[in-house]
Amino acid sequence: MSEFRAQIESTIPALRRYARALTRDAEAADDIVQDTLVRALRSEHLFHGGDVRAWLYTILTNLNRNRLRALSRRPMLAPLKDSDAVSGAPESGGRDIGRALDELAEEPRTALLLVVLEGLTYREVAEIQGVPIGTVMSRLARARMQIRSYLDGERPALRRVK
Amino acid sequence: MIDRDPIVSEDELHAYVDGELPAERHGAVEAWLATHPDDAARVAAWRSQAELIRARYGGAADEKPPQRLDLARLERRRLWRVTAMAAAAVIAAFVAGGAAGWFARAAEASSSSDLRKFTADALDAYRLYVVEVRHPVEVAGDERPHLTQWLSKRVGSPVRIPELEKIGLKLVGGRLLPGPTGATAFFMYENPSGERFTLYCGQTGDRETALRYTTGDHNAAYYWVDHSLACVLSGPAERDKLHAIAQAAYDQIDTRSPQRGG
Repeated sequence: MSEFRAQIESTIPALRRYARALTRDAEAADDIVQDTLVRALRSEHLFHGGDVRAWLYTILTNLNRNRLRALSRRPMLAPLKDSDAVSGAPESGGRDIGRALDELAEEPRTALLLVVLEGLTYREVAEIQGVPIGTVMSRLARARMQIRSYLDGERPALRRVK
Repeated sequence: MIDRDPIVSEDELHAYVDGELPAERHGAVEAWLATHPDDAARVAAWRSQAELIRARYGGAADEKPPQRLDLARLERRRLWRVTAMAAAAVIAAFVAGGAAGWFARAAEASSSSDLRKFTADALDAYRLYVVEVRHPVEVAGDERPHLTQWLSKRVGSPVRIPELEKIGLKLVGGRLLPGPTGATAFFMYENPSGERFTLYCGQTGDRETALRYTTGDHNAAYYWVDHSLACVLSGPAERDKLHAIAQAAYDQIDTRSPQRGG
């Protein structure tokens, strides 16, 4: 196996994790990862050195944006499921970190997940999103502020049935 | 930078949480947090958010990836394509059989709402026109620019007609057809031995997919979605050969480099 393939191979688990958090749907997440891998293999000749991992994150991020656009064109069919619920039950009758992420716009959510879940640097995220570092930081700030007010604002005692 | 600036910005607080703060500013930030409880609470909240996210989704990286993400398997399909392209020139003529029923493979068709309808309609059109001797198309293949302009306008998004001469397929021509989502472009190709393949493209709300294969008794199809355009390549049920053609068409219809994004 070539160096290029080996690097792709070793990134698959991280791509699945990132896609799972982005889509909150295990099946849709693996669809995106598969499409990412197919594109990467097909475009090997376009890759002129550099960080394979960041490049894969870029492809996956773009494919997810396309997916969201497609979903937004048919709002009646947009899923509101959270099929990964097995790995962590909602804390308080439905409002949890997963739903908090759902409330965010796509760019802040992507920036936050790349930093806190994938451990990428601000510089890497700036390259993946194609924006200056300052923009990444303001996206991050927006995401964190919204999640905080979402989780704080919606934890009334009455909802704690359990 | 030997900086004793007592003012700490919000950006620095984020950088502190994310391990991106230059070492020489750590002392200043920690001193600031000790005397600014609101900021200390923010930093604590951001850290707890990160922990919640990692606890919730981190486990996905420890699961064994499913077989469909096996790189060797995805790679093998690409290699088949190369071999099939070389073989395409010598493969004997294959008579496209009569319209035996088309059986949707539920497992492959269930993931997408338009997939089933597009593939069924595309195979119907294939079976209907592929046997037509005198009028297989409305506009002949030598009027490619006109065909492109006309069908792009009717379908409502730019339709590129793949150039498949390199793999031995001549464009017979095209026609406009009704489809699951409205106007649909239909192109027919022919190889030197008279074997025909058709490409059926219309708009879809489905998200992008790689090639998906569906087969019936005598004919089969590859379906994919690129940039809101659903495409179905239909032909005789010879998977490798059909895959080579679908891949060539797929590569040409895809106008974007993955780095630029959509």
